Amino acid sequence: MSKRPPKLWPWQVALALFVFAAWWGLTATHILSPFFFGEPLVVLQRIVQWFASGSIWPHLGVTLLETLLAFVLGTVLGVAIGLWLALAPVASALADPYIKAANAMPRVILAPIFSVWFGLGIASKVALGVTLVFFIVFFNVYQGIREVSPVILANARMLGANRRQLLRHIYLPSATAWVFSSLHTSVGMAFVGAVVGEYLGSAKGVGYLILQAEGTFDINSVFAGILVLTAFALLLDALVTLTERRLLKWRPPTIAETL
Amino acid sequence: MTAAIEFDQVSVVFPARERGGAPWRAIAHTSLSVEVGEFVSVVGPTGCGKSTLLNLAAGLLAPSAGTVRVFGQPLIGINRRAGYMFQTDALLPWRTALDNVTFGLELRGVPRTEANERGRYWLAKVGLAHAAERYPHQLSGGMKKRVAMAQTLIVEPDILLMDEPFSALDVQTRQLMENELLALWQAERRSVLFITHDLEEAIALSDRVVVLSAGPDTHPIGEFPIDLARPRDVAEIRLTPEFLGIHERIWAVLRDEVLKGYVQTTT
Repeated sequence: MSKRPPKLWPWQVALALFVFAAWWGLTATHILSPFFFGEPLVVLQRIVQWFASGSIWPHLGVTLLETLLAFVLGTVLGVAIGLWLALAPVASALADPYIKAANAMPRVILAPIFSVWFGLGIASKVALGVTLVFFIVFFNVYQGIREVSPVILANARMLGANRRQLLRHIYLPSATAWVFSSLHTSVGMAFVGAVVGEYLGSAKGVGYLILQAEGTFDINSVFAGILVLTAFALLLDALVTLTERRLLKWRPPTIAETL
Repeated sequence: MTAAIEFDQVSVVFPARERGGAPWRAIAHTSLSVEVGEFVSVVGPTGCGKSTLLNLAAGLLAPSAGTVRVFGQPLIGINRRAGYMFQTDALLPWRTALDNVTFGLELRGVPRTEANERGRYWLAKVGLAHAAERYPHQLSGGMKKRVAMAQTLIVEPDILLMDEPFSALDVQTRQLMENELLALWQAERRSVLFITHDLEEAIALSDRVVVLSAGPDTHPIGEFPIDLARPRDVAEIRLTPEFLGIHERIWAVLRDEVLKGYVQTTT
């Protein structure tokens, strides 16, 4: 009989409280300058104020919409092209150096180009997010397809599967597991795409809010924006985990989960 | 009468692994047949190309020379009349036991309700009615083999190809599975080509045992009819004097090859 694992969350909450207390203590005693490091109480006040007045919602809504669109489009493209290249060796060999180059390139520098192409609206941010998400999903799908067990493939063929059925019953489910492990990273990347895009030029969004606050040296609002973004990134990640649990219930629990 | 499977002067050559290396002839000029309703086992030392022979019969591999015939017809592509039980785990991990068993039916477009009905019947037949909704990782090794057996047999193949299907099981489970296989085979009388490195298993199950030489250039070096009475119990039959006599005769042929194979894999 294994012992019930001790509850961790009270300690996690305690850790957060400790960091906030330390932050407050250091800035209140002016060991750290409140001008540069902000004041935690004012930051919290700012967040409450944003949500109470509702002024944050239009900005948050735009950022979340951009994130969601980038996430969905990037994932769909990544899965489709990953599947295609993994199953077409010639095309894959042809595209290989270009994919490596595109992946190695710091793609954030595409943001200005996307602004010129797609304007300052949400399209340019979505485009940036898509380029970030695409490669993560693409490589995972590609790997997932390549590592399908040859015995399972042979078994399906012996049971009468044709090429289309192999795709539907073997390749896709097998790739799904890999895709999900990449979705946690790609949600974060979609968020990065949205916020960086806004930061570089926009009229709405949390990134825009942070840029404005920075322009007036309003460090408290900058921190407030960062905290709101972090909270929503965690929320999106939790949604992915929830979907993952539902769709991948066939998978044996990993060692970390059984501990 | 035409044989269920007939290897006619079949050779298989694999290209060299490294540049400049010599190609590997796994199987050389092999002729072998499995009659309709016959249970034939093939034994041979490790690495002698037993699985290659099975892949040829399955149509997963094409011979470099010679012909494989299935019920008289030259085999091109996948052998549609054969079911294949693999040595390693071949169940689809994302499907429950029931969905694994019905997979072949689903591929053939059998309606869902009918497929499930037949699937449950087969699960019950292999003693797993209670485990229909479990995923492979929730099944023990023996249970997985039972699911695999039901998965292969539900599509009613005329020929059964088995590649050391029970080698990973413990002795008790293994003998249970062997008896179950014999009972199922006795009822339907499919043609079976059974690959194993375990001579006792081969004798206990088969009508005929074929001994292969060590690789390369593997070919049959002896054929032994097993005229033990059926139905058999694999655990009990091993203790009869007839069994021991047959075992001794075949082992005399096999021993030298096993030694050759052993030397090859260790040097």
